Amino acid sequence: MHELLAVIVKEFLQLRQDKKMIPAMVIGPIVQLLALGYAANLDVTHVPMVLVDQDRSPASRALVERFTGAGTFDLVGAEDGPAAIDPWLVEGRAQIALVIASGYGEAAAGGRTPRVQVIADGTDANSSGLGLGYASQIVAGAGAEMVAARRVPGNAMTTAGRYELIPRVWYNPDLKSRWFYVPAVIAMVLMLVTMILPSMAVVREKEIGTLEQLSVTPLRSWQLVLGKLIPFLVLGLLDMLLVTGLVTGLFHVPLRGSLLVLIFLTFLFLLCTLGLGLLVSTMVRTMQQAMGLCVFTLMVPMIYLSGLIFPVENMPRGFQIASYVIPVKYYANVLRGVFLKGSGLGVLWPEALALLGIGLTVLMAASLRFRKSLE
Amino acid sequence: MNPRKVWSVAWKELLQSARDPLSLGMLLGVPCMMLLLYGYAINFDVRHIALAVEDNDKSAVSRELIASFVNSTYFDEVADLPAGADLRRLTERRQAKGVLVIPEGAARDLAAGKTVPLQLLLDGVDANTATTVLGYASALIAAANAQTLEAAGGRVELAPIAPVNYQPRVWYNPELKSTRFLVPGLIGFILMLTAVLSTAISVVREKERGTMEQLRVTSLKPGELILGKTLPYLGISLLATVLILVAARFLFGIAVAGSYFQLFVATLIYLIGALGLGLLVSSVADTQAVAFQGGALISMLPAIFLSGFIFPIRSMPRALQIVTYAVPARYFNVVLRGVILKGAGLESYPQDMAFLVVYALVVMGLAYLRLARKEV
Repeated sequence: MHELLAVIVKEFLQLRQDKKMIPAMVIGPIVQLLALGYAANLDVTHVPMVLVDQDRSPASRALVERFTGAGTFDLVGAEDGPAAIDPWLVEGRAQIALVIASGYGEAAAGGRTPRVQVIADGTDANSSGLGLGYASQIVAGAGAEMVAARRVPGNAMTTAGRYELIPRVWYNPDLKSRWFYVPAVIAMVLMLVTMILPSMAVVREKEIGTLEQLSVTPLRSWQLVLGKLIPFLVLGLLDMLLVTGLVTGLFHVPLRGSLLVLIFLTFLFLLCTLGLGLLVSTMVRTMQQAMGLCVFTLMVPMIYLSGLIFPVENMPRGFQIASYVIPVKYYANVLRGVFLKGSGLGVLWPEALALLGIGLTVLMAASLRFRKSLE
Repeated sequence: MNPRKVWSVAWKELLQSARDPLSLGMLLGVPCMMLLLYGYAINFDVRHIALAVEDNDKSAVSRELIASFVNSTYFDEVADLPAGADLRRLTERRQAKGVLVIPEGAARDLAAGKTVPLQLLLDGVDANTATTVLGYASALIAAANAQTLEAAGGRVELAPIAPVNYQPRVWYNPELKSTRFLVPGLIGFILMLTAVLSTAISVVREKERGTMEQLRVTSLKPGELILGKTLPYLGISLLATVLILVAARFLFGIAVAGSYFQLFVATLIYLIGALGLGLLVSSVADTQAVAFQGGALISMLPAIFLSGFIFPIRSMPRALQIVTYAVPARYFNVVLRGVILKGAGLESYPQDMAFLVVYALVVMGLAYLRLARKEV
């Protein structure tokens, strides 16, 4: 125990000496948080719209009003004919074009079917898709109003029933995508602090040759491993608390579940990341290799394939199956469960078990390899 | 400037990078991995949403409604819930993304001409997906309503009045596939990453080993040295571009709609700026580790988050939108999407091209000044 403590103290002293370490621990998370909190936003607002109103009636103006009134579409220009839309969309000055054919007002008043065309620039598939969805809701709303105005007794309209959709959105009623992205920063920061940094710390000792010196001391290899990893475990938990504070304080994402549950499950996740970091350190010789291996073969695929940012459900089947071995997948569920859904261990126990299983396996494999590399 | 001297520096650089399998692997392996990740795994096209249904009516009408949800391929029915099931539990455990509740007597009320409230409970954690799901659901309900209306109209022999004939059209990407949106942006991101990292690391490595000093005492002028150092990486980056375009064509069916020559010109200007940024990083960093970290941070973060690659710039706060004007990938993405997807020419984007040229000149100029000053 005494020896273990000595290694931990040594590691902390070494961390403090490295002047680049503290900024990496504090500034890194903050930059990531700002990027994901402010820039990562898929909410569709202020879609630039060009208008071709060939009808110029009160009814067509009312429809345009519906489009521009909600804040989803901004009117950026008007043209006389549909042929003139092309340059607007090609140059990206407008993303959507609203074409109201002549006779719209007359048809609406006379009970015939007026025509409305919406043309979207599909290059940004996501926001165009959402924009078209909004547009169809707006047009449907206008249509419903026309129909209501025309309701006369004996008409088919009055005898046909209709469904009315009453959506209720749980956990994130305003559908803010920021609430989805911001808690993800915790996982990204933890991967940096508890996977990349410890693997670099071990490799540095290898490079300098001090690992050899440590291996000839009476220290057992498990003491060496634990002593190396525990400081990063502590730092990781502190970073988690720091980012949690910012997530709730700065971005007003609610922490609905218990902080203790979050800390406990984070601890399980750290078993995985620390184990992976140690594993990488046994496979490389230089710090640069460690960095490359950690960033490009572990961190990037784990971030992208885990559902941390991009939903796993939309991926091809093979990728979905592969995601089951990625610990970040379970931790992403933990983060969203605890923050947004207020889930406790009663719901999150499968995630806890998965993290524990993966963590112990990886740690065990890494320790074995580490011991072998010392001998 | 002596072309022969430039060439000998460039040749030395090529030989050196050929002997460094790690860096070379990074230059060619990372683009391939990114392309596969972005092309196959990252997808905003929402399909097969896990939907649980609580059908309290159990009539032919309600079954037809459920069938219309499932047949749309947007929804998969994952559970048929009894009345009074714990709906919240189901979404909390992520067994279902949404729950559709059909009230008792739906068929009867519908026939009687009443309005039937349908509840759709959604897991809003992933706001983007939830918004899309909401759009699908309202379209399906609208279609169901139109059908009921038509049926009723036939019965009382009155012409049905369709509210509005709504015709949405999508240009350039009719199926709204997000791959078509992501792949051109990916070129901008990968080029920025590899160009900055490779030049920065190659210069700093010479610094670390002390060979930079040796190069400086030769008769090489700073301009020749810089040109010789960047030319090989320009070549490798252009090669990576070709690789990505070929892969995009055969894996994802994305062909270049515009002119290849114009694509080449835009890419060249963008690359000059990116290589200059790498040189600038190398003039600040003293160790390869710092160059790697600094280079990755300065090239990756803006190219992912501030370029409109994935996240629309319009939706960002005003202050951040202003920052994006300093990110070259922002302009390059616009031009690239225009040329590749819309078949547009560079003349459609005079502002974006101007910004790219200015950026390349300013960054290269700064890098030249910094590297030349150290020589004295």
